[in-house]
Amino acid sequence: MTDPLAEKEKPMAANQAGVSIEDVSKTFVTRTGKQVDEVHVLDHVSLRVEPGEIVALTGLSGCGKTTLLRILLGLERADSGRVLVNGSEVTGCGADRSMVFQNAQLFPWRSALGNVEFGLEARGVPKSERRRTALEKLELVGLGHATDRRPDQLSGGMQQRVGLARALSVDPAVLLMDEPFGALDAQTREGLQAEVLRIHRETGKTIIFVTHDLDEAVLLAHRVVLMAPNPGRIDRIFPIELPAPRTDLVTVRGRKEFGAQRHEIWHRLMTGASAQAAAEPATT
Amino acid sequence: MTTTEHGEQRAARPAEPARTRPPFHRRHRSGLITTASIVVVLAFWEITGRRMNPIFSSYPSAIVRKFDVQVRSGLLPQALLDSLQPLLLGFCVAALIGIPVGLLIGRYRAADAALGVYVTAGYAMPLVALIPLFMLWFGLGFTVKVVIVVVMTVFPIVINTRAGVRAVPRALTEVGTSFMASELHIVRKIILPATVPHIMTGLRLGIGRAVIAIVIAEFFTAIGGLGGQIILAGQRFDTAGLFVPVTVLMVLGVGLTHLVGWLETKVAPWAGPADTDQD
Repeated sequence: MTDPLAEKEKPMAANQAGVSIEDVSKTFVTRTGKQVDEVHVLDHVSLRVEPGEIVALTGLSGCGKTTLLRILLGLERADSGRVLVNGSEVTGCGADRSMVFQNAQLFPWRSALGNVEFGLEARGVPKSERRRTALEKLELVGLGHATDRRPDQLSGGMQQRVGLARALSVDPAVLLMDEPFGALDAQTREGLQAEVLRIHRETGKTIIFVTHDLDEAVLLAHRVVLMAPNPGRIDRIFPIELPAPRTDLVTVRGRKEFGAQRHEIWHRLMTGASAQAAAEPATT
Repeated sequence: MTTTEHGEQRAARPAEPARTRPPFHRRHRSGLITTASIVVVLAFWEITGRRMNPIFSSYPSAIVRKFDVQVRSGLLPQALLDSLQPLLLGFCVAALIGIPVGLLIGRYRAADAALGVYVTAGYAMPLVALIPLFMLWFGLGFTVKVVIVVVMTVFPIVINTRAGVRAVPRALTEVGTSFMASELHIVRKIILPATVPHIMTGLRLGIGRAVIAIVIAEFFTAIGGLGGQIILAGQRFDTAGLFVPVTVLMVLGVGLTHLVGWLETKVAPWAGPADTDQD
């Protein structure tokens, strides 16, 4: 159990990169009137993610998992510490990373195709080429038939597929996902989870995602990183030992190991939660 | 062949009961009430108007007769044209100034700090007070009418555009940033389209104010157009003649506002009307 990827599917190398989070801290300062509150969202967090690995970040609200993801993307800067992607330091948003946003965040005035084209457009890819790439990615996520529909004409699941295609369109080395399927119904979510694993098998991208759903974390990830709040930090890292390839998620869900690992993480999470509740001063 | 198809169609869904359409008076309930209300008011006006001194009041049938006369003589079409030209030109100029300024001060705090105060002042103050000044600067002709329309129309457009920019969810602009879009790209491809529903609201409020502005302009400057007709009719104690341009202006205001409202559903079909900044 040295290399978490050893017994997992090791995809053929494409555009993929390792990520190294080194001693990252972040504090948010909020002012209400004269009172200044400091929230230590991330407190000296370090984590290495191998190329082609899938890592899930999970934990209670306020543990800083979304902030960590935003720092990885470059939307937020760390106060101290640094993030390396493929050995080079992250100083802002970059061509090697893209994000599948919570609730998709599609542009309502653009068609599915137009939304997927956006990232390529921003990078100055010529029109015919970006159209071809966008169609290809929509095909990849199973939306080849709905390219002309506006987001309001798409279901929640289809919207998030467009979001996924948009993130993949720029061929990132690292794919980030912020609670990508949280707002979807259970069946749609399972369909998309299988889709993510299939895309991972085909493209070999490094994937880091935030989720509240422990099932999702255990199903998709090679490692589940459990974070804890106040201050935001990594509580424990769980390597997931499920046989690869995880093509049939229904069978995977039914396995004993799946239940056991899910329970182990859940137990740790709940222990932390009750400790948290006990530590908090009673509010009267 | 046709008959067979028809027969098959009927056979395909025999069980479905014929859905009865609600009767006419149910389907158009509010429309019927509105019509009835207008009929009652016009009838009341007709009856009472006939009993009053024609110098002080008129009544619908007299106004219609006058309308007919003025259309035939070409007086009314000419007045309408004289009013419409500066109105539409002024409105377009106001849109061309107002939308970029609104985008600018909505997006950049520094720009808002520098210019926002004038926008607020211009929106709040009675701009009619400046008309004598405009007459000194621009004379009594076509130009001054355009200027008055621009000045009275531009502020609601600016204010609504600014409100629209402020209402663009940060999550959407962050998508742009995350794909390394330039600031110009973000403004043109995210902020502007996201703001379109608010801009259209501004234009809708603006066109209503433009109609008011042109009438005021025609009262104060060279007497002409529909506003001029009103003044002239008043001076001649021709009350029926006074109501003709008033009615035309009312129809014009309602019509133009509806036109912009219709345009709104065409250019931003993804959004409902963004009526957050109505005045």
